[in-house]
Amino acid sequence: MRQRFVRVAGGAALAAAMVASAAACASSNGGETAAANKCGYKIAFFGALTGGNAILGINIRDGAKLALKQYNDKHKDCTVDLVEKDSEGSAEKAPPLATAVAGDSKILGVVGPAFSGESKVANPILSSAGVVILTASATNPALATSGWKTFHRGLGNDASQGPAAARYIKNTLKAQKVFVIDDASEYGKGLADQVKQTLGTAVIGSDVIQEKQTDFSALVAKIQAANPDAIFHGGYVREGAPFLKQLRGAGVKATYVAGDGAKTDDLISGAGKDSAEGSILTCPCVPGDKVEGSFPADYKALSGRDPGTYSAEAYDAANILLKGIEAGNTTRAKLNDFVSKYEGQGITTKFKFQDNGELDPNSVAVWAYIVKNGQIVPDKEIPKA
Amino acid sequence: MNIDFVVNNVWELIVTGLTQGSIYALVALGYTLVYGVLKLINFAHSEVFMVGTFASWLTWNWLGLGVDTKVPPMVQVLGYVVIAMAVAAVAAGATALVIERVAYRPLRKRNAPSLIFLITAIGASLVLMEAVGIIVDRQPRGMPRLVQPAAQFDFFDATVYNVQIVIVVSALAMMAALDFFIKRTKWGRGVRAVAQNPETASLMGVNRDRIIMLIFALGGILAGFAAVLYCLKVGSTTYDVGFNLGIAAFAAAVLGGIGNLRGALLGGLLLGVVENFGAGLFGNPWRQVVSFLVLVLVLLFRPNGILGESLGRARV
Repeated sequence: MRQRFVRVAGGAALAAAMVASAAACASSNGGETAAANKCGYKIAFFGALTGGNAILGINIRDGAKLALKQYNDKHKDCTVDLVEKDSEGSAEKAPPLATAVAGDSKILGVVGPAFSGESKVANPILSSAGVVILTASATNPALATSGWKTFHRGLGNDASQGPAAARYIKNTLKAQKVFVIDDASEYGKGLADQVKQTLGTAVIGSDVIQEKQTDFSALVAKIQAANPDAIFHGGYVREGAPFLKQLRGAGVKATYVAGDGAKTDDLISGAGKDSAEGSILTCPCVPGDKVEGSFPADYKALSGRDPGTYSAEAYDAANILLKGIEAGNTTRAKLNDFVSKYEGQGITTKFKFQDNGELDPNSVAVWAYIVKNGQIVPDKEIPKA
Repeated sequence: MNIDFVVNNVWELIVTGLTQGSIYALVALGYTLVYGVLKLINFAHSEVFMVGTFASWLTWNWLGLGVDTKVPPMVQVLGYVVIAMAVAAVAAGATALVIERVAYRPLRKRNAPSLIFLITAIGASLVLMEAVGIIVDRQPRGMPRLVQPAAQFDFFDATVYNVQIVIVVSALAMMAALDFFIKRTKWGRGVRAVAQNPETASLMGVNRDRIIMLIFALGGILAGFAAVLYCLKVGSTTYDVGFNLGIAAFAAAVLGGIGNLRGALLGGLLLGVVENFGAGLFGNPWRQVVSFLVLVLVLLFRPNGILGESLGRARV
């Protein structure tokens, strides 16, 4: 009996201590934010900041960071913080991060998730908590048809990128025989399927590679036997760089074409200048130097680098969320209404969202980039149909 | 099923498979040596290989060879490859010795059960992989192109490239050297003695700890050589390059008969070819499925592998 009493009393004391410390914590927290900032609203970045594809995430994070810095300079009494959630680009690591975002009621919206695979698992969690999703880079078409009420995509999807890449292969490269490979990821397979569909009989062969694969000798032998004019790779730079290097090592001259997932300088540093030269990279993103105004200079001042792929798109996405907060939409539901009805000019395009969260088709531009002298430079905007 | 492609490219698949297989075989020797003497699966051996790839990358960078360097003349290439092999062998051998010293020897002194060795092996493997991953930012590192691939001759209807010749010939030469070392030298006799019966061997004056260090060093050196050949072939490396390759090499060792040096060679070459045919026939994602099915089938009929365990048996 006595033992029991001690246990109960001890439990009660422990609970009391916890409540007290939690209260202390909350009050000190509240005091701090009240002094610096009476609002304390946050938006989150969600994507890879480390890992093999980190550079795309860093580009996006820095674009969003710039938008927040400019906003906070204007609104010193009511600043908005950026919360960085590093998913390493992995669908396995995304769910707990999404749960953390959903649980923090001060986080009203997310710039991201950056990749399609992680979006598929993170978006249901974010959406059911009402967090506004505005991705600046995830391009798998299926993301818009999954019924997530708060999903928005600030750029074209693979259904626009894939066919555009195929049109470029057919009309500009004038390739008769195309070999298509993908990495079986949400993104890579989606894109490759679109390309295959548009190219039709010009596709003379296809194969699937594995994530993290480094040795492509069997595939290269197969491609050599098929002797294509062009190769389309739906996938990321991690596999793209060694594949391209081994392809050229075996003497295959076919033009390498890939989507936005391979459009980073790592492709050139991984495959080597000679191997990468002349490769084509498509992207529903506007070239940094085609963006008008002070964005390129401001971005460089903040991050120390030139704007990369999706930096400008992320800047626009963050700005849309911030405009909503500025207009007093400080609950997740109100902010979602604001973004869904938003119409306005950003630095990349004129934004207007369809009911499913997709960008209005007239706003979507897909660009082709080419590797020239070891640099990725804009080639041209791929004409619509 | 892509039977047409396979039928038309039988020899091509065999040649590229043998090239890949000789690298498997070199790494498999490391597993087999350690198993033959200690009955221990050294799962950290894949990371010894990974350290070797980064050692050769660093060496070439120190020598001023970047991923964009033009192919140097033949004589220099030979020098570069030999230097890289020396550095990679030292780095990988040292890594293997450190693993032995830190992760295995203290346990051996305390007579720990073999399951514990397995756990520390996996632990050592993770420590190395993640440490290198953090250091290199988890980015792939491109190697300089040292050999301009040039077709040398046709083997039936497959074109054989100079790189492939270099890899297969040097791998075979190293394995022959190891075979000679184990079977004909005093040190080799010590290895066989400890493998056969550690206690009798120490009674006869063989220093068991030294022999164990020797086999770890030998396995590491071979993994270092394999790493340089891998770099020549694949042209890039990443922090987790050892994972898949380690599993394949381990499978190769088991396929040929773990503990058996010639078995590692046979298993490596066979696995390389089988994988290639699997990938050619069913598509690339099936590569490992096919090779492991073959492994299971072989083990069903010959549970000790094709040639059986033998490092410790009297046959040698």
